[in-house]
This record gives sequence, C-alpha cells and structure tokens, in this order.
Amino acid sequence: MITNGEVLIRVEDVHKVFGGALHALNGVTTEIRKGEVVVIVGPSGSGKSTFLRSLNLLEVPSSGHIYFEGVDITDKKVDIDKHRQKMGMVFQHFNLFPHKTILENITLAPIKVRRKSKEEAEKQAMELLQLVGLEEKAHSYPSQLSGGQKQRIAIVRSLAMEPDVMLFDEPTSALDPEMVGEVLDLMKQLAKDGMTMVVVTHEMGFAREVGTRVIFMDAGQIREEAEPEEFFTDPKEPRLREFLSKVL
Amino acid sequence: MLQDLQSKFINNFIAEDRWKYLTDGLVVTLQITLCAVILGIVLGFLVAIVRSTHDRTGKLKILNALCNLYLTVIRGTPVVVQLLIIYFVIFGSTDISKVMVAVLAFGINSGAYVAEIFRSGIMSIDNGQFEAGRSLGFNYRQTMFYIVMPQAFKNVLPALGNEFISLLKETSVSGYIALQDLTKGGDIIRSRTYDAFMPLIAVALIYLVMVLVFSRLVGLLERRLRNSDH
Repeated sequence: MITNGEVLIRVEDVHKVFGGALHALNGVTTEIRKGEVVVIVGPSGSGKSTFLRSLNLLEVPSSGHIYFEGVDITDKKVDIDKHRQKMGMVFQHFNLFPHKTILENITLAPIKVRRKSKEEAEKQAMELLQLVGLEEKAHSYPSQLSGGQKQRIAIVRSLAMEPDVMLFDEPTSALDPEMVGEVLDLMKQLAKDGMTMVVVTHEMGFAREVGTRVIFMDAGQIREEAEPEEFFTDPKEPRLREFLSKVL
Repeated sequence: MLQDLQSKFINNFIAEDRWKYLTDGLVVTLQITLCAVILGIVLGFLVAIVRSTHDRTGKLKILNALCNLYLTVIRGTPVVVQLLIIYFVIFGSTDISKVMVAVLAFGINSGAYVAEIFRSGIMSIDNGQFEAGRSLGFNYRQTMFYIVMPQAFKNVLPALGNEFISLLKETSVSGYIALQDLTKGGDIIRSRTYDAFMPLIAVALIYLVMVLVFSRLVGLLERRLRNSDH
C-alpha cells in the first residue's frame, strides 16, 4: 500500500545533542505524508522517542529543520503553540490531568485554546466518549480508571483538538498486557478512518498489520524504512535483522 | 485558693478595663497577620513563578538573580532584625503607621518562605503534565495556570498552612517597634499588676486557640481539595 498524499511533515537532517555529549539524533531526514501510519521501531536508546518528540518540538532539535504543513516550525519566530494544536500527542504514561474530571480533561483545550463554547466542547467530548464506549466515565476522575481506559481517554483528549496528525509515544508500554488490545483497537480504528499517525511502539503485530511504513532507528539514525511486508520478511540491514530476531 | 485566683483575675482583666489591652492587641495581631499573609502569598507566588520559569526555560536571568538575593537575605537574617531595620532605617525619617511597617516586614519575610513552598510544589508536578499541556496547544502561561498550579497548590496546602501559623506567632515580636499587639498587651498588663502568670497565660491561650482554629480550617480545605483524588 503506497500512500501518495501530500507531505504533512518534512524532517531535514535533524540532530539532537543532550548536554553536549549524548547524541540522541544524528541526522534524521524523512517525510510523513497525509494518511500514512508510520511505525518507528528500534532498540531502547536508539532515539526513536526523541525523534517523535521533536516532531512537535517537545524536544527542540540542536540543528536541522522540521516543516509541518509547509511551515518551518524550528524557526524561532514561528508560534509553535498554534501548530501543536494540529498535532495530537499520546504519551506512554497517559498524562491525564488528575485534578480534572474526564469530561474536563477532554474539553479544557478546546475551550481555552480553541475558544469553543462549553456546550459545544462538551457535546463533542460526549460524542468522542461514546465512540470509545466510555461515556459513563465522563464525570469520573482519572484515578478511577484502568490503564487502558486512561490511555483511550488520552487519545480522545487529543482527538478533541481535531488534529491533522497523531503522535504516539509507546502508548501501550505502561499497560498491563490484558489492556493493550483495547488501546491498539482504538488506534486501528483511527488508522482506518484515515488519521495520519506516527507511532513509536514495541508492538510488532501492530506495525505489521496497521502500519503503512515501518522505520527502523538505531544510534540516532534511520537505518531502514520500508513497507511492513518487506520490512519484516526481507530486512536488509544486519542491525535490523539482529533486532527482529530478538523481538519477533 | 479559689478566692485568690478570682481576685487576681479581677485585678488583671476587669479592673480599669485591662482586658481591653488583650482585645485591642488581638485586633492588631490579626490585622498584621492577615495583611502580611496576603502580601506574602502575592510576593511568594511571583518569586516562585520567576524562579521556576528560569529553572525550566533559562529565561528571566536578571529577575531570577534578584529573587535569589531576596531569598538569601530574608531567610538568612532574623525577622526581628528585619522589622527593626524597616522601622528605624528604611522608614526612620518618615511618619508611617507602625501597623503598616509590621505588615511590610512580616509580609516580605513570609514571602521568601512561601516562594520556596510554591516552588517545591511546582517542581513536585510530573513533567508529563507540563508536556501534555503544551502538546495540546496551551502556551507556557496557560499550562502553568490551568494544569500545573492547581495541582501544585493542592500539594503545598499543608506547608502553606504551617507557614501562616508560624507567621501568626512571629508577629508577637511586633512589640520591638512599640506596636501594641496581643503579646505587648499582655505584657503591659503584667507591668501594671506585677502579676506575670495571669496575663501571659491568657495571651498564650489566645494564640493557641487561634492556631487550633486555623489548623482546622486548613484541614477542611485540604479535604475538599482532595475530593478529586479518591
């Protein structure tokens, strides 16, 4: 499956150095097109999370450029907050706001950032909650939810901002095994609905089944990228072969 | 024995309306404490914002240096000395109300401690909360205001309550600038009746009751805020 959508994110020779010593990203160049589901895999410390987090500038690249919808967001003059509204992000540890109810978690940004009316934001939130079957949790607090439920709410919270792309940073790594499925199912649903997604994960099954392209990162570089079928059956790089032999 | 106590009580509090020293002093103590608490919170909040913004972003270098100087000087010197300096040095040649001087001295003093309490509260919030806010499109200020601060405030409420309790008790040194607060009031009675026991125990009891009431209020507020924790 080749996606020929327009380029949504272009990453040009991005480097990231932590504390002058640790070279987390070592010249990454790639493109994310509309409708793609790009899955990034690699050993821990390979820079895949740093790469994902640099896409919405949670990590500011030390050098290089990142273009989102044609705008160079690494330019200091760019209002990054405006662009982040269009890039949803889901974290490993959910990061729901513990002092807010589920409904407030979802509506806070639409109301305060997008200036939606409370009624409109709540109506939209309830629709999204129905979509994930958690509408009865609207007035609960995050601490009353299971891990899988929290992560589905975190995804819904991002969706409420109507993003053009969703970034997932190991969304199932902190979950109990029996809860991984419900989160992956929701992500599959999103992919089917045409959402552009960039996913850092250890779930090879998801990469194979849902991904349109799989990227292998090692030592801060993209070492191989291919469609899932080719990626898993005919890996070229020795490092990737070694990695796959360990995780499959 | 009982009669002895009774006559002492009458002599210390009833005769010549001496109880008024205590009530008038209590009003002054409460005035100073309340105003100083407000000043301390405002100052402490601003300093904490500057310091944690500097810690997180590296901006506000000069303001941060000023805040550090403030914290070092205030926390490194006794509050009585600060009170005396403000009264005799800074406002030495101006005609300013002593209550105002005390409010300034105790407010500025408390602000330094409140600043560190707020800052520890802000630092206690997981960075993931901050990142979640920013990734949703909130700017730095909105993230602090809607997401970090409310949680930080809840975490520091007990420490803040303790700070106010110590402030209330610290105002008892106001007598150094001849301000007639509760402690000074009791002391004046002592100097009139040559009886130390009754007036000083009365002063101590009044402080104790106020502290107990305030602790209870903080506890109630804490429990209300904890409702979201379950």
